[in-house]
Amino acid sequence: MHVNATGMISDIKILLHQGKQYIPDVTTVEVPGRFRGRPLITGANADVEKLVKLCPTGAISAQPIRIDMGKCMFCAECERTFPSNITFTKDYKISAATREGLIVGEGSDEPIVVDPNAVRSEIRKFFGKSLKLRQVSAGGDNSCEWELNAAGNVNFDMGRFGIEFVASPRHADGIVITGPISRNMAEPLQICYDAVPHPKIIILAGTDAISGGMFAGSDALDRSFLAKYPVDLYVPGNPVHPLTFINGVLGLIRGKR
Amino acid sequence: MTKALTVKNNQCVRVPEIPLLDYADFLEMNTTLVNDVYHHCVNYFGLRQPQGIRLFCCMADDAAGNILVSSANLGNLSVAYPSFSARHLSFHAFERELHESFGIRYADHPWMKPLRYAAQRADRSADIRNYPFYQIESEELHEVGVGPIHAGIIEPGHFRFICNGEQILHLEIQLGYQHRGIEPLFLNPNTLLQRTLLAEGIAGDTVVGHTTAFANLWEGLCGFNPGEDILLARTIASELERIAIHTGDLSAICTDIAYQLGSSVFGRLRTPVINTFQVWCGNRLAKGLIRPGRNQYPVTPGIAEALTRLFDAYEPDLDEMYRRMKTLPSVLARLERTGIVKQDQAERIGAVGPVARTSGLLRDIRWTHPYLLYSALHHQPIIKHHGDVYSRTQIRKQEITQSIKYIKSLLLQIPESVSPDADPVTAAPDSFVIALTEGWRGEICHCAISGPSGELILYKIKDPSVHNWLALALAVRNNDISDFPVCNKSFNLSYCGHDL
Repeated sequence: MHVNATGMISDIKILLHQGKQYIPDVTTVEVPGRFRGRPLITGANADVEKLVKLCPTGAISAQPIRIDMGKCMFCAECERTFPSNITFTKDYKISAATREGLIVGEGSDEPIVVDPNAVRSEIRKFFGKSLKLRQVSAGGDNSCEWELNAAGNVNFDMGRFGIEFVASPRHADGIVITGPISRNMAEPLQICYDAVPHPKIIILAGTDAISGGMFAGSDALDRSFLAKYPVDLYVPGNPVHPLTFINGVLGLIRGKR
Repeated sequence: MTKALTVKNNQCVRVPEIPLLDYADFLEMNTTLVNDVYHHCVNYFGLRQPQGIRLFCCMADDAAGNILVSSANLGNLSVAYPSFSARHLSFHAFERELHESFGIRYADHPWMKPLRYAAQRADRSADIRNYPFYQIESEELHEVGVGPIHAGIIEPGHFRFICNGEQILHLEIQLGYQHRGIEPLFLNPNTLLQRTLLAEGIAGDTVVGHTTAFANLWEGLCGFNPGEDILLARTIASELERIAIHTGDLSAICTDIAYQLGSSVFGRLRTPVINTFQVWCGNRLAKGLIRPGRNQYPVTPGIAEALTRLFDAYEPDLDEMYRRMKTLPSVLARLERTGIVKQDQAERIGAVGPVARTSGLLRDIRWTHPYLLYSALHHQPIIKHHGDVYSRTQIRKQEITQSIKYIKSLLLQIPESVSPDADPVTAAPDSFVIALTEGWRGEICHCAISGPSGELILYKIKDPSVHNWLALALAVRNNDISDFPVCNKSFNLSYCGHDL
């Protein structure tokens, strides 16, 4: 009896010391310190040719100057070299329902929203309160995978919105792909997707998944899967921040037309 | 007789200085060296040249703190060569890669198992979908296949078990699913930034380990000496990454034994550590922090303050949770004597990192081939001897405590000046350079060779997982299959680091 009581007291002390760990409002919380989220671009006095050339993935285009967050590695080389032209804000809500929605233009300070008109109506109808996802790492470097795991921890707690990762495609409403899609994962990815019951969604998480990232030219990839099906949500990041993912998914399943 | 060039960690030498031996002498010398526990092979690879495949073998001398580099040329690929692996198994993965990349045939390699089905492999007809797993015909035994896609959010690989009821008799692991063809891409892009970003993506959970190896290698190749402030920032980052992942691993180990309190508390303790990376460099996994030639995000008094506050809050909670966890018989019963890797097994297969250190082997690059500020820190590797899941759990807790101590002592020595950005771009011609770092999983080795104009003609990456996956396969033998997840988590090996 004595040993059990002591043990229980230790557990209670631990719980008390941990306190309340969940972020009360994941849609408005500010991320600490530095963060490279949505970019702000001003074209004034820009050495456009140099700017375009220095981007390692060709995410920057000219006339007008645009940054494609689907190709962006968030390495901030452009911001460091041209601080008066590019600033990465702390706005982590950068997910979009369309590929074009990830492109930020010169002079724009508009928030990126998951456009409800671009979302299939059955998504909100079926998945608004409960969304079960299967994660497929298809050549991912494990950074997005760690952050998707974090999205379910006691701090970010996406489970409170009914969003969960499940152990089988049979239990899932859709798949979340990380990684540029290696050749050797092309078939397992297809088999997994085929096993998800209809209606089903596809989410791409991270630069590698959205555009191939630094691997875009590699002969070890096979991205043909993406040409076959519409993608429902693009979540940029290198890696994705849990808040970007959670807010993106909330926008997908709860956005009103 | 040792006919090899003696080099130091991060040293750049001219390729012609590397002795070119007959294959027979090359084989004899390297397989003899490895018979003493203070020598181990850190990298062994080939480079296609007009006259054949030039082989380069890098043997670490842990006692002297050197690396012995030798080479041989294979002009005739139609004959089968005697293998290094038949004499010492620790070379097995390197020779499997040489066979897969160049079609080199070995007469007596114990198991010529495909390594990663690389895109640029010699035999394009070999397909990962048709891999023939080892099978046994038996009424009493059954096979369990897991993967490539796994239940949780984790990278893919295939595990094929042969079981007698609950007991695992044999585990075969097949990797290659994560292969993205990263090594050839180092040769193609022509900017330093592109190469640095590739280095960050080798294993996204070991950004600091791999990118530091790349930065050290590149600076060595270009003859650039980083200032004290750069060395300090990289050393702190290396130890902070170790703390961040080890904390996450303690959580994962608890998850796999259904110890909910430990899973949640260690899980949430990782958050402030990686948020400190974010405060420092804008990225929780430290992407963007390490750049060759630069102190991209200096350790300012503000960052030092953030680190100090972090440890003041983090350490008591970590210690309290860990103390509680190790008093629970239900926890210890799952961890102790589970998944044992014996010392002779670890030595035979060439294990590295905490996997080696928990089986009694002193393998720690911070000790044997110090780089950054590890000499000044008088780093002492932590060695344990039971080789079980519990040892691998304990070493994580102890290394966290040690790393915190190192960072605190480094914060007392922040240099006044910040190095100006220098982007070293002039690589020495016809040169070879080797860089070793001790990532949290174990030793990382990057090697590069430059051509006549200093252009890269080879970039060879060795992640510690290449050695240690076999340790997992051996560790689970005679354990219950329900212990497989906790065994796997106690190793936490990289799939993408292995597959490149």
